[in-house]
Amino acid sequence: MTRKQRRMTIIGGSLAVLALAAALVLNALRDSIVFFSTPTMVAEKHVAPGKRFRLGGLVQPGSLQRGDNLAVTFEVADGGAKLPVAYKGILPDLFREGQGVVAEGALDASGVFKADTVLAKHDETYMPKDVADALKKQGHWKDDYAGKPAAATAQGNSQGAVR
Amino acid sequence: MIAEAGHYALVLALALALIQSFVPVMGARLRDPALMNVARSTALAQLLFVGASFVALVTLHVNSDFSVANVYENSHSMKPLIYKITGVWGNHEGSMLLWVSILALFGGLVAAFGNNLPLSLHAHVLAVQAWIASAFYLFILITSNPFLRIANPPIEGRDLNPVLQDIGLAVHPPMLYLGYVGFSISFSFAIAALLEGRIDAAWARWVRPWTLMAWIFLTLGIAMGSYWAYYELGWGGWWFWDPVENASLMPWLAGTALLHSALVMEKRNALKVWTILLSILTFSLSLLGTFLVRSGVITSVHAFANDPTRGVFILLILCLFIGGSLSLFAGRATSLKQGGLFAPISREGALVLNNLLLTVACAVVLFGTLYPLAMEVLADFKMSVGAPFYNLTFVPLFALLLLAVPFGPMLAWKRGDLLGVTQRLLAAGVAGLVVVAIIWAWTRGGSALAPLAIGLGVFVIAGPVTDMAERTGLFRLPFATTLHRARGLPRSAWGTAFAHAGLGVALIGIVCETTWNSEYIATMKPNDVAEVAGYELKLDGLLERQGPNYREMVAQFNVSSGGEALSLMTPSKRSFTTRGSSTTEAALLTRGASQLYISLGDVTTEGAIAVRIYHKPFVLLIWWGPVLMAFGGMLSLSDRRLRVGAPKPARAKQRLQPAE
Repeated sequence: MTRKQRRMTIIGGSLAVLALAAALVLNALRDSIVFFSTPTMVAEKHVAPGKRFRLGGLVQPGSLQRGDNLAVTFEVADGGAKLPVAYKGILPDLFREGQGVVAEGALDASGVFKADTVLAKHDETYMPKDVADALKKQGHWKDDYAGKPAAATAQGNSQGAVR
Repeated sequence: MIAEAGHYALVLALALALIQSFVPVMGARLRDPALMNVARSTALAQLLFVGASFVALVTLHVNSDFSVANVYENSHSMKPLIYKITGVWGNHEGSMLLWVSILALFGGLVAAFGNNLPLSLHAHVLAVQAWIASAFYLFILITSNPFLRIANPPIEGRDLNPVLQDIGLAVHPPMLYLGYVGFSISFSFAIAALLEGRIDAAWARWVRPWTLMAWIFLTLGIAMGSYWAYYELGWGGWWFWDPVENASLMPWLAGTALLHSALVMEKRNALKVWTILLSILTFSLSLLGTFLVRSGVITSVHAFANDPTRGVFILLILCLFIGGSLSLFAGRATSLKQGGLFAPISREGALVLNNLLLTVACAVVLFGTLYPLAMEVLADFKMSVGAPFYNLTFVPLFALLLLAVPFGPMLAWKRGDLLGVTQRLLAAGVAGLVVVAIIWAWTRGGSALAPLAIGLGVFVIAGPVTDMAERTGLFRLPFATTLHRARGLPRSAWGTAFAHAGLGVALIGIVCETTWNSEYIATMKPNDVAEVAGYELKLDGLLERQGPNYREMVAQFNVSSGGEALSLMTPSKRSFTTRGSSTTEAALLTRGASQLYISLGDVTTEGAIAVRIYHKPFVLLIWWGPVLMAFGGMLSLSDRRLRVGAPKPARAKQRLQPAE
């Protein structure tokens, strides 16, 4: 092989791998990305049943109901709208009514959000960042969530805190 | 007094770093050995002062001096001693102090053991180290000083985040930092080479041991962090594709590529410019990791505090170093003499393929990590990129890489014989295919992917094994001759074999765990029995216990298999009063490489408790793999050929060694 051919082989090989990676990424971006929504956004956008997304907001006080065999239902609210959520399993250590929560799953045909993962990344002073930002945007941000000393935001970690 | 002394020592270290940043460079310009030698003494003195500062912070934590804000916020007088010490780096300020301490440690090591480096290279390397150090000293002193006092000292501290009160904190962050920061050495060598405009094979020989050392620590640090998340978070998950995990994976991928390209440069004097670029990229990714984790851009267990000024400051450091080094590279790289080209089918060619796949895989992870951040800033919508994305992108690329791994070390330098290597790998390939067939028949109709992936893992292990068996003449020659040959092989050859086999071991563990993991979630009352994967777990009862700084509720499970009692498992739930938070302490029962895993949920009103029980087949292989890789790295590191300045092995002995 001449020098030029060798160089072309290496450059060609590199381009092939890069093209493969780009194809893989574009393909993956189409259907493996999960968007974040609040109940208000869900109501406005009419999210189709079965489409996976992350739901964030506050657990509506008084809405938590435990059923048989670890089934739970609760409502997630963001001041503007409420969305019922059904989950089966163990809730995170720091799941509480009136606190921020992020759940991942999809709506079913009757408009209930079936969650397969529930994350509650907070302690008594901390709000999940996604939730805090969304609430701020809608003007439902209350000062008592913020303004705590920075050190206090070192999170009380619950299961899934690393997620 | 101790706090002030620690603070003062840190300021002195900054002053020394500033001297070290400029004087040696001037010395190199003026060709003045005295000025260049300043670097050595300042680097050692810097280590001394940062060390003193670090010891001061440890002392404050051990003494529970709550007049210091950092101690007040992260410690408690009732906390066990070990967590008082590890709590030093269980917070933002302390962890940054650990970061610079390790940086100074590496600087000191180069100063102490770099005597055989050309003087100007030595001076330049230490100067670049000092640039990094100065930036981070300034960062600590301006935005995150751990020695600040509180005007009215409280009596009791706020305690350390309970999740961090674990032995994992003693091991994971220091290991990870030794890896991250260790790559600063290859970065400094790269910048020094660009400044000098000169680079040769000897340069690669100096850089390789440092890179290898950083790589070993990073490998162990990531594995340790993954195991810690597995047993502490109560999910039984060991990798979440979380941005902070990616932040440690990216330097690992780039660092692995760097190890291999430095090999080509050392042996064949080729790929010089690429190796320099990789050195810069690897450390840049370490800095990016520090930024992602420490700036509060991403909220996770690792982001201790969200203070915007810190984020902006680290972003500035990041831009300065990455931008500066890449522009220097762009300006100077062309002046470096290009090495020779080589045939695509050769050891060099295989190493290029390795580099190509590793860097592209790294780019994919980088994309997945930054894309959601970019979209949030630019398009103002939130999304998360998780495991499904990486399964579709990272996994195929890595599968290709793994397929190529056994071939690489068996190809000859310059011009390899692919057909010959394939013939020699036939046994390994057959072993892999047989395993695929057996597992596929055994699981009957299950997903075809899992058996294929395990077969790939077996191939990756069998490749180096058959290669080493061949080279030592195992079973062909008398055992004594085999032993003699085995001892005669270079240690780096053994290191390569172990590290590559480790990849296969980890792969098998990952596939077994994700495919055949069984899960049992239910509420249980005392004397209830759960059956999981052939084990019977009987809940004997619940009891309350008082720990040093928490109360815990312990559940006792009697585990038996086929009527034979095995062991008692005691998962617990701890509630920490000071922070008002609780943690789940999972109980683990190890059977061979598999584990039973129990974690607890809430107690219901009727006195039953929610439990989550997993059986994780071969899960331990996931971490034994990286341990094997690190062991291989250590073997390579102990190879005398890597020890710079070691006398050349005697000729007669060399003839006995088969060509690598």
